[in-house]
Amino acid sequence: MKKRLIKLTLLIFFICLAVTSFAQQQRFPKPEFETGYVQPPTQQPLPRALFLEYLDVIVLIGALILVSWFLLKKRSRQGVLWTSVFSLLYFGFYREGCICAIGSIQNVALAIFDPTYTLPLTALLFFLIPLITALFAGRTFCAGVCPLGAIQDLVAFKPIELPRWLQKVLGLIPYVYLSLAVLYAATRSEFLICRYDPFVGFFRFDGTFQMLLLGGLFLLVGVFVARPYCRFFCPYGVLLGWMSSFSKKHVTITPSTCIQCKLCSNSCPFGAIEEPLLEEGKRRSNVNRLMTYLILIPIWMGIGGLSGSMLHGTLAKFNKTVYLAEMLVQNPDIRFNQENIDARTFMQKGKTMDELVVDAQKIKSQFYWGGWIAGAFMGLVVGLVLVNLSSYRRRNDYEPDRTNCLSCGRCVDYCPVK
Amino acid sequence: MKKDKQQNSRTSRREFIQKSMRLSMGIGLAAVGGLVAFRVHADDTVWQLDPFKCVACGRCADYCVMTPSAVKCVHAFDLCGYCDLCGGYLKPNANARSTAAENQLCPTSAIRRKFVEEPYFEYEIEEKLCIGCGICVEGCTAFGNGSLHLQVRHNVCVNCNECSIARVCPADAFQRVPTSQPYLIKGEWTKDQDKKKQSPTG
Repeated sequence: MKKRLIKLTLLIFFICLAVTSFAQQQRFPKPEFETGYVQPPTQQPLPRALFLEYLDVIVLIGALILVSWFLLKKRSRQGVLWTSVFSLLYFGFYREGCICAIGSIQNVALAIFDPTYTLPLTALLFFLIPLITALFAGRTFCAGVCPLGAIQDLVAFKPIELPRWLQKVLGLIPYVYLSLAVLYAATRSEFLICRYDPFVGFFRFDGTFQMLLLGGLFLLVGVFVARPYCRFFCPYGVLLGWMSSFSKKHVTITPSTCIQCKLCSNSCPFGAIEEPLLEEGKRRSNVNRLMTYLILIPIWMGIGGLSGSMLHGTLAKFNKTVYLAEMLVQNPDIRFNQENIDARTFMQKGKTMDELVVDAQKIKSQFYWGGWIAGAFMGLVVGLVLVNLSSYRRRNDYEPDRTNCLSCGRCVDYCPVK
Repeated sequence: MKKDKQQNSRTSRREFIQKSMRLSMGIGLAAVGGLVAFRVHADDTVWQLDPFKCVACGRCADYCVMTPSAVKCVHAFDLCGYCDLCGGYLKPNANARSTAAENQLCPTSAIRRKFVEEPYFEYEIEEKLCIGCGICVEGCTAFGNGSLHLQVRHNVCVNCNECSIARVCPADAFQRVPTSQPYLIKGEWTKDQDKKKQSPTG
C-alpha cells in the first residue's frame, strides 16, 4: 500500500516535471495561516500620468509657436537658441528622448498597416503638428524644438563647407532611411529609427556601448560638419523638407533688400543658402535636358523597384520570424539545441515547422512588395534630384534653400541690412 | 513694360505652383491623419509582458535600455504556496534550507525569505536588487505554483517607442497595453479574467 502511494506521488511528480508549460498551476495550495499573518499586496507602481503626456503636446505646440515667432517676427537668433536649449532640456533630458516626432513616423506607418495596433493620440499629434507648422513657417521644428537637432547645434564649433556634390549624394541617405524605416515598421519587424537613435543614450545617461559610441561619433563629426544627423540621416527631415519647400512663410535672410554682401552665405554652416543665379546656356537645350530627365523618371523608378524587390530576401532577414525560420530550415539540428533560446522556445510553443515557414513566407512576400514600393520611391527621388539639378530657377538675391534650410536663424544675425 | 509683365507672370506662376503644392501637401497630411483616425486612441500605451507567455529566458536582464533592467520579478502572494522548500529561492542542490548566500538561486540576493509560521515562509522581492534575470521565475514555475513572475516596472521603465526587449523576446510575450491598465500581474489579472468570463457584461 505504502509502495503504491510512493509510486503514485512519483508519477505525479514526473508528470508535473514533464509539463513545462508555464501556465498557472496551483501545485501547492495557499496555506491557511493561524498566526494572523496578513498577506502583503503586490506593488504596482503607476506609469507616467496621461495628462503629462498631453502636457508634452502642449509644450511642443508652445515651443513651435515661440520659435516661429522668434524667426518670422522678431528675427532673433538668440531667441531660437534659447528655445532650443529649453527643448533639449525638456524633450531631451527630462523626457529622455521619448516621445519624439522622428520616431512617430513608425507609429503612424504601423497604424496604417497593422489593424491590431492602436495608435496613441499623442504619437499622432507629435507626427502631425511639426509638419503642419512646417507647411506654414518652414522647418522651425528643426531650429528650436527637436532635441536631437539642439544637441548637435550646440557642438557645431568649426563647421566646414562640404562640396556641393557630396552634400547632394549624402542628402539621399535620409530617403533610404525613411523608406527602410517605413518598410520595417509596416512589416511589424522593428522600429529602425528608435533602435539607431544616436543621442537617446546621452539623454538617459545610460545605454549600450554601441549607442553611446554612435552618439559620440555624431557629436565629434558634428563639430566640423554641422548637424550631420539632421542633414544626412534624419528621416523626419525629409517630410519636413517637403512641407517647408512649399511653406506659406519662411525665414528670410534680409528684412528689406539684399545688398549681395555674401556674409550670410559664409555664416550658414549647413550650406543651405543659394547664390544668385541666372540661366546659363541656351534656353532651348536647357528645356530639352529637363524634358529628358523628366522622361527618365519612370525608368529610374523601374530600376529602383526591381532592385528593391531583389533585395527583399536580405531585408527580410532582419525580421525575427524570417530569421528563425531560415535558421531552422537550414540547420534542423538546432531545434534540439537547448542552448539556443529562440529554437528552444519555438519547440516549447508547440508550433509546427510548416506553420513557421508559412508565417515567414507571408512576411517575405510583404517584404517583396514593400521592396518594390520602397525601391520605386528611391528611383523617384533620384529622378527628381536630377530634374532639380538640371533646371534653372532664376534668383536675384541670396536666398535660403527652403528644403534644406533648418531655419536656425544664423544668417539673420549676420545680415548687415537692418 | 513687356519685361515687367513677363516678370509678373513668372512670379504669379511660381506663386500658383507654390500654393497648389502647399494645398496638396496639406491634403496629403489630412489623408494620412484620416487613414489612421479610426486606429487612434486617446489613452497612451505602455509595454508589459504576458507572464503566461514568458519562458524566463533571461534576455530581459540583458536587453533593456536601463541598467539594471526595468523588468523585475514580482510576487503574486495569492498564488504562493509559502513552501519551505522553495524552487524559486533555493538552488536545486542546496545543502540546507537556509538564507545562506550559497543556497540562494538569485544571483543578487533580491529575494527575502521570512518565517511566517511552521512550516511556511514568505518570499518578498527587493526590487532595487532585482535585475530581471528570471532565474527564480524558472525555478518557481518548474517546481512550484509559478507565483514569481516577471513584470515591467513602470517606475523604472522609460517606455521606449519600441521596447528593446520586445524585439528579442523569443516568446513574443511583450505587448503594448493601455496606460490605464499597465500590469498583467498573475493572480489579480487572472482573477479579473475569470470575472469577465463569468459575467460578460462586467
